[in-house]
Amino acid sequence: MAAAAGGAARGRGATSFQRKAAAGSRLATVAGTRPSVRHGQLLLSSGLPSLDCVLEEDKYGFYSSLLFKYFLAEGVVCGHDLFVASAKEHPDSILKELPAPLLDEQRNELGEEATAVKSEDFQDSMKIAWRYQNLPKMEASPTTSTKFGHYYDLSKTMSPELFQPIKWHSFYLPEELSLQPTVKTRSMNSAYGRLLLSIQRIISQEGFDGSDPQKKQKNILRIGIQSLGSLLWGDDICCSDTPEDIHSLTKFLYVLRGLLRKSLSACVITIPAHLIENKAIMERVTNLSDTVVGLESFIGSERETNPLYKDYHGLVHVRRIPQLNSLICDVSDMKDLAFRLKRKLFTIERLHLPPDLSDTVSRTSKQELAGSAKLLSSGCGAMAIGKKHLDF
Amino acid sequence: MGEDKPCSRMNPTHREALELPSRNPTADGNAGHNPDWTRSRGEANPAPPAGGAIRPRSAHARRYNTSPLLRSLKTACSLRGGSPAMFAELNELLNASPQRPETGKFTLLRDTRTDGSFLVHHFLSFYLRAGCKVCFVALLQSFSHYNIIAQKLGVSLTAAEERGQLVFLEGLKSCLDLWFGEQEEQSGKPSPLQFISKSTSDLKALFDFVQVSLTPASSDSWKGPVLLVDDLSVLLSLGATPVAVLDFIHYCRVVVCSQLKGNIVVLVHSNEDSEDEENELVVNSLCHHSDLILWVEGLATGFCKDVHGQIKITRRVSLELTGEQDVVQIYQYKIQDKNVTFFARGLSAAVL
Repeated sequence: MAAAAGGAARGRGATSFQRKAAAGSRLATVAGTRPSVRHGQLLLSSGLPSLDCVLEEDKYGFYSSLLFKYFLAEGVVCGHDLFVASAKEHPDSILKELPAPLLDEQRNELGEEATAVKSEDFQDSMKIAWRYQNLPKMEASPTTSTKFGHYYDLSKTMSPELFQPIKWHSFYLPEELSLQPTVKTRSMNSAYGRLLLSIQRIISQEGFDGSDPQKKQKNILRIGIQSLGSLLWGDDICCSDTPEDIHSLTKFLYVLRGLLRKSLSACVITIPAHLIENKAIMERVTNLSDTVVGLESFIGSERETNPLYKDYHGLVHVRRIPQLNSLICDVSDMKDLAFRLKRKLFTIERLHLPPDLSDTVSRTSKQELAGSAKLLSSGCGAMAIGKKHLDF
Repeated sequence: MGEDKPCSRMNPTHREALELPSRNPTADGNAGHNPDWTRSRGEANPAPPAGGAIRPRSAHARRYNTSPLLRSLKTACSLRGGSPAMFAELNELLNASPQRPETGKFTLLRDTRTDGSFLVHHFLSFYLRAGCKVCFVALLQSFSHYNIIAQKLGVSLTAAEERGQLVFLEGLKSCLDLWFGEQEEQSGKPSPLQFISKSTSDLKALFDFVQVSLTPASSDSWKGPVLLVDDLSVLLSLGATPVAVLDFIHYCRVVVCSQLKGNIVVLVHSNEDSEDEENELVVNSLCHHSDLILWVEGLATGFCKDVHGQIKITRRVSLELTGEQDVVQIYQYKIQDKNVTFFARGLSAAVL
């Protein structure tokens, strides 16, 4: 059963990739603009699996590691090869904690519940705001017509049988350092240099760059790198204002970009951006990446108790989306996104304010809420810094 | 770089040495061809443009400088049919045409809060159409990306490369060869991007590459050479110092613009409250030395589906030291699949 599922999934993964490649330069929307239960697929649905996505970590790294695991889990379900690099946890333990995919019956159940609720609302006709009757119903989370992606159940971990047919490679920095104490890397942080060598070796050995014409079954390599730029990688950009070598991270990203462009692979990197003092580095990183998504969680911040955000666990900032093979990028209408971690699912939805029903909310706090709501409306790459432009 | 560096400030003697052409359109006898909208608004148009009718300038047009030329141009473009080779509207705005490309010009493309790479695609296809020899230093994207978009604009980069009109330096591939290819260092010429792995931070190797590619061989019959860089801010991320980048641009300018009578087009990123001081230094310095600045900005009020941003065109007439001020024009634009439409501020099709 597991093997068959794996085989079918692999088939689906391979055909979906080929279809998009034949279409040439079709672009699809990016991680931040769809429910994240699907985001692992989106990097591949662009027709060019040569993207890299930088995920800015939230403060305690909790939610970003969740998305990281989603990306890898999607790779397992689709039958792609995996490459996991980390300096913090051993990749084996990361891979043991991947969420289990939801089987089709359970997925339909979830879908049915949602539609049942919707149809009930629909039957009540509006009495007071009747002018709004004819407006289309607002979708809280953007849905697509194509079924592309899987849902995952966070309360269970993936069973080992699903994992069996997958070929995966790992890079755990302390292990590498002990195996090969000295490696010649020029003008770059040695840990990054080793990681690059390792990725390049895997890509050329396994034939992801098309160097092996014998291999007919093309597959995709999903690369996941955790907490790049943190102190564990030997880089001090996170702990000092004037780091020793500010170019290491950007050089690494540039060489990685070259590797990805010439091979069938996609990469997700999480970076603790909140720790990097020198903001110039994050700007350069943003310019060098295809997709940049920032997660801001409410844990421990004042927003946790803010009634504005009572339904959500954090915000999603999409800072950049890929614009490959086309003059325009496929930007969706939704700019204010927030995420929420339910018992089983992690969803990204459009942020909407709860109805203002109470009389006891004082004026000052209302203005604060309004101010913070305005700050939220940041377009991708176009922050509404001109708050004054919007005030009447 | 052993030889004396020419003084980089724009003093009159240096300007004569560069022999930049005067900007007076009557000098080259083409006054009637493209009416210059930057003239004072009271004057009537000297000659009607090709295609489309001229309506008398209304007070509204005079006030907002929305020439009827722009409106008639839109109808003309749609009537002509077929896909445009490049952004025809941008050519009209810049008073440029592929039949008579200007010489010795340094154009700076600058973007803030948005992506200005559509301008790079425009200039690439423009100069290839004009029959110039183009050296394209593409640092950020792969060859196939540019090729696919250029095909939409009607130009084939592979064909141009085969006939020797285009020299394409794919930064990503070159960097990979440098980083992982041990054996290639000994054979043949050094990599243009060798500053990444060596400790020297000057861009001499890159300059040598540009010079060799653009120096005309005896069998070449192309019009003036053109250097196109996308984008310069990446060089800073890769370890070059701002001074090295400015030196590189200056050397290129001396060789390409003044000696070979060609053009240079460079794209940089900038942000208004950016903390990247090195980048801001490079951008500000280049702004002072450019003949034409195209500054693309996202709208200050946020993202809009119908207006993707605004473009500010600055013609540095003040560099000619005739006492005139720089001419600044601001338009808004919307990017479509194969074309970019420009319109005056507030007159987007969605609003009218």
